Formats: sequence, structure tokens, C-alpha cells
Amino acid sequence: MWEIGITHFLVLSAMLFTLGVFGIFLNRRNVIVILMSIELILLSVTVNLVTFSAHLEDLAGQVFSMFILTVAAAEAAIGLAILVVFFRNKSSIAVEDISTLKG
Amino acid sequence: MIEAIFFYAFAAVLLLSAVMVISARNPVHSVLFLILAFFNAAGLFVMLGAEFIAMILVIVYVGAVAVLFLFVVMMLDIDFNELRRGMKQSAPIGALVGGILLGEFVWMYLTWPELAPDMQEKVSQPMPHAEAVSNTHALGRILYTDYVYLFQLAGLILLVAMIGAIVLTLRSRPGLRRQSISAQVSRNPKDVLKVEKISTGSGVS
Repeated sequence: MWEIGITHFLVLSAMLFTLGVFGIFLNRRNVIVILMSIELILLSVTVNLVTFSAHLEDLAGQVFSMFILTVAAAEAAIGLAILVVFFRNKSSIAVEDISTLKG
Repeated sequence: MIEAIFFYAFAAVLLLSAVMVISARNPVHSVLFLILAFFNAAGLFVMLGAEFIAMILVIVYVGAVAVLFLFVVMMLDIDFNELRRGMKQSAPIGALVGGILLGEFVWMYLTWPELAPDMQEKVSQPMPHAEAVSNTHALGRILYTDYVYLFQLAGLILLVAMIGAIVLTLRSRPGLRRQSISAQVSRNPKDVLKVEKISTGSGVS
């Protein structure tokens, strides 16, 4: 228990991932919290990559976690922009109101 | 020992703040707990010897992404309590799915065989000794050489995201009186100015 190994970090990452997925289900009406849950999931993936990078002494994992950060930043910017546009049109961000494409 | 204490402290605060992110009543609190979670993850990365990723996490995530979230949450005028309706119904399903997912992870870790014996030969970018080359230096050495195309592609993704966000949110409102530089420059004095001789005693009609 007092010897911190790779398993500790992997279990932490798995719990963080699960919390993110649970958050999507829990706040399935609120788009902002869903986006934050996705950020949590991406953070857990980053923790996983960095853990294996440190364990295997391979720097490629850290490079790829940097690319994950890039994609996460782009995703947050686009998602929030869509959210703002949607709020201007509908004055609501509830997920069930997003049904214009249903026809 | 001291490493374990730090790990458990960072991990506990990280998980607690993740719980608060998904369960806080006020989304502003959610964003602030998200920032706390990122800080603790950065602490864990420093423990793992990935200082550059830790600093990137603090600068990019806390400095840009979380502040972006904060702006949007504060800008939108929404009744967030109304959005929490139906939370009790969806919580069991979420707990079920999350429980299954966590069970799968635990099962995978319990039945995980040892890493492949030839794993050390498969390492693509061996980490130099920390005394000789710092983490940031080593990352820079491979990021601009071996991964330069991926690096450029990441920049392209950010460019597309930036243009997309601008295009999505830019709007031209009709009632606004904006400065039109081309109209100003193309104004001709002959069209708008008239010089009149007025004889003494008569007024201007």
C-alpha cells in the first residue's frame, strides 16, 4: 500500500474515467456539465498515457498526451461556441430541446 | 512513504473534486472544482516525472479551457435547477453503466498478465536520464524532429477550431451603426458639398 506503483495510477485513472461517464448520465439534460464530464474523461486518458510513459520510460506517451490536450482544447472551444449559438436561437441549453434536425 | 502520502492526497482531492464537478448544484462551482481537479492531476504528473505535461495542464487547461467554461457559464442566463429535473431517474442507469465500466477495469487489472517480456525493446523514444536532460528538453528534442508532422497537424487542428469558433459566434446585427471605412474613403466632396453665393440682405432658402 505504501509502495506506489503503476497500478495505483491506473486504478485512479479508471475511477476518474468512470466518474466522467457517470457524470454524462447524471447530467444528461445539461450540456455544459456534459462537456465538463468529457474533459474529465480526457484527463483520465492523459493520466493513463503519462503513467505508462513513466513506467516504460518511453517519451512517446507524453507527446501523445500533449496531442490529447490539443484536441481537448479544440473540442471545448467548438463545443462552447455551438452552445452559445444554440442558446441565442432557443434561449435554452437543455439536451431535449436540441431536436431541430428531427424534421 | 512520503511519495505515498502525496499520491493519496492528490488522488483523493482529484476524485472528490471530480465528484463535485458532476454533482454540484451551481455550474460555476462545477467549473471551479474542475480547475481543482486539473491542479491535482498536474501534481500527480510532477510525481511521475512529467513536469512539462503538468505545466501545460495548468497553463492550457486552467488558464484557457476552464476560464472559457467559466465565461460561458456566467454569460448564459439559465435556470440550472430546472435542468436538474429528472436527475434522480437517470442516476440509477448511470450508476449501473459506471459500475459495469469500473468492474470491467478492475477485472482487466486483476487478470492483467505481466507486460510483454520484450517490452523494453519496443520502446520507441527512450527517456534520457533525468540528471543529463530535463523532461522539457527531451520532449522538445523529439517533438520537433520525430513528431514534427503530428505537431504541425495539432497546430492545424487548433487553427480550424479557432476559425470555427469565430465563424459560429460572429453575427451581424441589423440595427447596429458600425463604421464603414470603405464608404468613408469613397466619399467625394463634390457629391456632398455645395458652395452657394448669397447676396447681401437675402436669406438662405
